[in-house]
Amino acid sequence: MIALLMRDIRLATRAGGGFGLGLAFFLIVVVLVPFGVGPQTELLARIAAGILWIGALLACLLSLDRIFALDFEDGSLDLLATAPVPMEAVAAIKALAHWLTTGLPLVLAAPVLGVLLSLPVQGYMPVILSLLLGTPALSMIGAFGAALTVGLRRGGLLLSLLVLPLYVPTLIFGAEMARRGVDGLDTTTPMLMLAGITCGTIALLPFAAAAVLRVNLR
Amino acid sequence: MSSIWVYANPKKFIDTTDRFLPALAVMSVSCLVVGLVWGFFFTPDDFRQGSTVKIIYLHVPAALMAINAWLMMLVASIIWIVRRHHVSARAARAAAPVGVVMTLIALATGALWGQPMWGTWWAWDPRLTSFLILFLFYLGYIALWEAIEDADTAADLTSILCLVGSVFALLSRYAVNFWNQGLHQGASLSLDKEENVADVFYFPLLVCIAGFVLLFIALVFLRTQTEIRARRMRALMARDRMEA
Amino acid sequence: MLQAQDLSVTRGGVRVLDGLSFALGPGEALVLRGPNGVGKTTLLRTLAGLQPPLSGQVHSAPETLVYAGHADGIKAMLSVRENLDFWARVFGTEDISAALEAYQLGNLADRPAGLLSAGQKRRLGLSRLLVTGRPVWVLDEPTVSLDTSAVAMFAAVIRAHLAQGGAALMATHIDLGLTEARVLDLTPYKARAHSLDDFDEAFL
Repeated sequence: MIALLMRDIRLATRAGGGFGLGLAFFLIVVVLVPFGVGPQTELLARIAAGILWIGALLACLLSLDRIFALDFEDGSLDLLATAPVPMEAVAAIKALAHWLTTGLPLVLAAPVLGVLLSLPVQGYMPVILSLLLGTPALSMIGAFGAALTVGLRRGGLLLSLLVLPLYVPTLIFGAEMARRGVDGLDTTTPMLMLAGITCGTIALLPFAAAAVLRVNLR
Repeated sequence: MSSIWVYANPKKFIDTTDRFLPALAVMSVSCLVVGLVWGFFFTPDDFRQGSTVKIIYLHVPAALMAINAWLMMLVASIIWIVRRHHVSARAARAAAPVGVVMTLIALATGALWGQPMWGTWWAWDPRLTSFLILFLFYLGYIALWEAIEDADTAADLTSILCLVGSVFALLSRYAVNFWNQGLHQGASLSLDKEENVADVFYFPLLVCIAGFVLLFIALVFLRTQTEIRARRMRALMARDRMEA
Repeated sequence: MLQAQDLSVTRGGVRVLDGLSFALGPGEALVLRGPNGVGKTTLLRTLAGLQPPLSGQVHSAPETLVYAGHADGIKAMLSVRENLDFWARVFGTEDISAALEAYQLGNLADRPAGLLSAGQKRRLGLSRLLVTGRPVWVLDEPTVSLDTSAVAMFAAVIRAHLAQGGAALMATHIDLGLTEARVLDLTPYKARAHSLDDFDEAFL
């Protein structure tokens, strides 16, 4: 299983692996927002937390179809299914690899982009913390969506349509936590809810993803 | 008394529902006509909301059925996963478009009602937002059905999506409540008598709800029959290909 | 080591093979023959556990079987050695030198797999079987894009594997020169259309 994790990370970071694409997309979204809403510092400061969350969510979405599609096309998934690794573990490890190569860099980039959006100083910690807590859920939910659409030829758009509604609770609690942090309010409740959602998805969705993968490999 | 699962046989299902369908159709149409005419023309205007209140005869039943249709799909999906009855998978597929139309009716009538009452067509109120999210879940579910060619694969995948989606829909409901306290009035119907709308509005509303429920059942029966026949036709064509 | 009893398999919801039974013991090889579309791949995928049989049973001891399909599961961005190392670690073994040697991949070991020719890729795919350390090989068209010398390598590997008490089941059209291999023609097992009296049956 560690072998699978290492392989996925290695594949993502080699040339052509798409590592950094999500990060670049995140940067571009954040840069485009001021062009859309105007350059007023107060306005940007107010919406900064939300923009960072939406940007991270979209950047995460961008690379989801790679989680299983490449392995499905070249036959690796068939071979993994007959290997002595449970499918549940494959799904969980692949989601983890996705988070390490996409989610974690986004979290690390968020403070830098926060400067561009004049994020208030007291907001940095809550924004980073909320992204750190929430992005694993985004990767796991995304892995489930990717598993659902893996056998489809044009699964990309469908994948977004399936995954985005599932992202709603994570986004609400994550962005709420970040926003309350920016306003200097107590963030305990949304933080606990966000952590709960993340733990719940990590505990349960690998089983759903594995079931779906088995169906798709038939 | 034979078990309920005999109706899981497609032929038995079609035969039985064929017998009930005309009666169901007549009953649902008469309930709707009586309920709507009674509600629209023979109830007084509300002292605060005027005649706009009468839209509840469409709004409330549609909203109710939008949620119940999803619940029915959830039950049918679980039956498919556990017992693998084809009728169940077909019924889940048949119910989805009906459910999405109900959701749209609820959203549209809500907007029409909201304009005079709240002065806005749309507000990011928890109930409204939840329905919008429910609408998105329906869209995803239907899109997945449409995207997969093999019928059994599609049934497997959509039923798992329905299960997972139900959990997330429920989560969204609570998340949205937390996110914004709303301006939507309390439940129009509840078991707690104090909170109910006044009796003059209540009885025609019940008739309308009965009409919507019957209409839903009739439509699902009809659409399930169509789905079963389409599935059988595909199976027959596959058999022909095999013989060739 | 691998046994099928009265097996029926489906492809895309259509029954393709019916009433198939065979047994494969240690040191035995079985070659599946039959025209295109008869259901060789479907049968092999069913035996590998990737799809459930419509009826009948497959018996094999757990964790003894390894499957190699049309696609080799090779990652173009990884080197030959990295590809093999990965599968060795997944299957809990370590030594890949024997596998590299058997298919003469030693001098290609550090080349990215994406730069290999089709035949070399195939050799890499087949060498994966050796690092799994599993006794029952289920192979789907293993010799596609192999030249004669590579086919000879493959035949030698199979022979050595059988000599060690392994077993191999393969679908192939060419003659490997494996005189000890039995041949099973699938044509007589081709499923005939069933009568559709039972409505539920019509869905299958």
